[in-house]
Amino acid sequence: MSNEQVESRLMAYGHTACAGCGEALAARTVLEAAGRNVILTNATGCLEVFTTRFPRSSWQVPWIHSLFENAASVASGIEVALKALGRDTGTKVIAQAGDGGTADIGMGALSGMLERGHDILYVCYDTEVYSNTGYQRSGLTPLNALTTTSPTGKMSWGNATRKKDLPAIVAAHGAVYIATASAGYPVDIQRKIKKALSFTGPKYVQIHSPCVSGWGVESHLTVRMAQAAVNSGLYPLFEMEDGEIVRVRKIKRDDLVPVDEYLRPQKRFAHLYRYPGGDEHVKQIQAVADANIERYGLLG
Amino acid sequence: MRRILEGSRAVAEFVALCRPKVVCAYPITPQTHIVEDLARMLADGRLDAGYVLADSEFTAASVVLGASATGARAYTATSSQGLLLMTEVMFNIAGMRLPVVMTVANRAVSAPINIWNDQQDSMSLRDCGWIQMYAEDVQEAGDMHIQAFEIAERLNIPVMVCMDGYILTHATETVDVPGPEQVDSYLPPFEPRFYLTPDDPITLGSMAGPDAYMEIRMLLHQAMQKASQAIVDSAARFAGEFGRFRGDLVEGYRDSDAEVLLVSMGSLLGTMKEVVDELRDEGHPVGIIKVRTVRPFPRNQLHEALHNARVVGVVEKDISLGLEGILCSEIRSAFCGASLTPNISSFVVGLGGRDVRKRDIRKIALGLLSDDTCRVEMTGVDHEVLWSAHQIED
Repeated sequence: MSNEQVESRLMAYGHTACAGCGEALAARTVLEAAGRNVILTNATGCLEVFTTRFPRSSWQVPWIHSLFENAASVASGIEVALKALGRDTGTKVIAQAGDGGTADIGMGALSGMLERGHDILYVCYDTEVYSNTGYQRSGLTPLNALTTTSPTGKMSWGNATRKKDLPAIVAAHGAVYIATASAGYPVDIQRKIKKALSFTGPKYVQIHSPCVSGWGVESHLTVRMAQAAVNSGLYPLFEMEDGEIVRVRKIKRDDLVPVDEYLRPQKRFAHLYRYPGGDEHVKQIQAVADANIERYGLLG
Repeated sequence: MRRILEGSRAVAEFVALCRPKVVCAYPITPQTHIVEDLARMLADGRLDAGYVLADSEFTAASVVLGASATGARAYTATSSQGLLLMTEVMFNIAGMRLPVVMTVANRAVSAPINIWNDQQDSMSLRDCGWIQMYAEDVQEAGDMHIQAFEIAERLNIPVMVCMDGYILTHATETVDVPGPEQVDSYLPPFEPRFYLTPDDPITLGSMAGPDAYMEIRMLLHQAMQKASQAIVDSAARFAGEFGRFRGDLVEGYRDSDAEVLLVSMGSLLGTMKEVVDELRDEGHPVGIIKVRTVRPFPRNQLHEALHNARVVGVVEKDISLGLEGILCSEIRSAFCGASLTPNISSFVVGLGGRDVRKRDIRKIALGLLSDDTCRVEMTGVDHEVLWSAHQIED
């Protein structure tokens, strides 16, 4: 990469994310697609911590972090202020948070932002776990995953619940555009961010972002893991406009993989392959993938 | 122009005169008419601002945080549970040096649930880094809002204007509402020192580790200490413009030769002044010290005002459970290391809307004249109710 390319990065390198961080890859991609005329808010979490250790900052665009649960509310205030001050000349407001900051503690703030109809793009980097604080279970942690608060043991196969269907919840609010995306497909992220920003009103993009340390995978496997989630059907990629699915990323027959391909390299699922009875729990996860394939018509 | 207005409606008029660009509030009790009136002014085209209907007080505080960081003059109002729900954001707004102004219509906090007046809510948040001013009457509350924006924006410190819920917010008084030209001349449009814009990108709210956190907090503490003078200056300039000066951090009433000084804040002062007038007529050497600003705490001014008294009784509508009235403890700190200290007693009154009557204040004052022993008392307790509540607890 040339110096020019490095210097033009809106989220500068030199931050302190783990090697192979899926969220860093996704966030950088989002920002490159959005461009310079933005104001970003950021919930507390890895992205905030690894980019802004005082007095340094990776952000070459205006950026604010307030608290864990209010990225959507702070963004609402910014959007209204820009309008009130007559400064709403094409500046896009983007709120960013992780899965916990979105689906759990920030849910009320997100709901308010959506319901009030602010012209804001909300991006959820879904690492499926509270990465920043030591890998605790969130509302977007998948079934049977080991986390520090859903440990495995004689009585437990890890997380006992399925992922909260956040895109559906957002859709029920009447968001104008919703997309799921994956750190395994950066070009797709860029297209969806650009498309989202072409709409006026509340938009939501949820990006599956492997957390190498939280999931227990080698740091060179980030992209491969993210792609396996998509190609097994576990993480369906789709777009919605005005509540209707308008586009789905199809899985070619040759690319379709069993969930094993995704689960096996990850320590958070290792118990499923180590203890008798684990195969039944792998089947449960395969059933989730199969249901997604059916529901979203992923094969093609 | 002199008008007869309900307290909260008067505050809405004063806030509108300050031309906030973003107003955000959670609408229900413990809210007041302030935000309803502002909404009506917007609907009528009398106010030009963004108005956000928040999904909670937590969101309301977060919205004004975002708006202020974008360079807009931002306002919200709440009290009681709403203020407690905002707590995390309150610390955050102050830590980020954002000049937000809010009204706290002081009310009790749960449990037991109770919507009536006391000052436990804002006093519990005295350490969150906001300037706290307490109004004695509706006129002072209105004037304080104009000064609050000026102070907040000059110092980059948020300001909480505290006024007693119901007693002031729902009382109808004659209020002198200034004209817009006058207010515009005193309070020009907000020119932020820093704000979020793509033209000049800044990072706000970054993470500071053990290597820098303490220094940043120290800067905030120092700024708050310097605010004392700024508050008085602001009020003096206000007096020049509007002809009313009520800006000293501490104000005396018939205090020069008093042996017993009663200290208080907020609307209690009105009742207390009447009682002191009567006691003076009867020949009792009793006076009053009003505390107008709780943060920054006017330690030197209080020491100066109180050190000649034999006895001090701090009368307040809040309590640090297990200790005494909060203001009383803080006043004791003004005498730390002093060789001559008045006997300071704490009187907790009026919790949860319990009426504080002239006879309660009279009893406190006469009690201190006859017995100057330092003590902590809850005055105005109904012993029959206490007895039956005790039976239920057992």
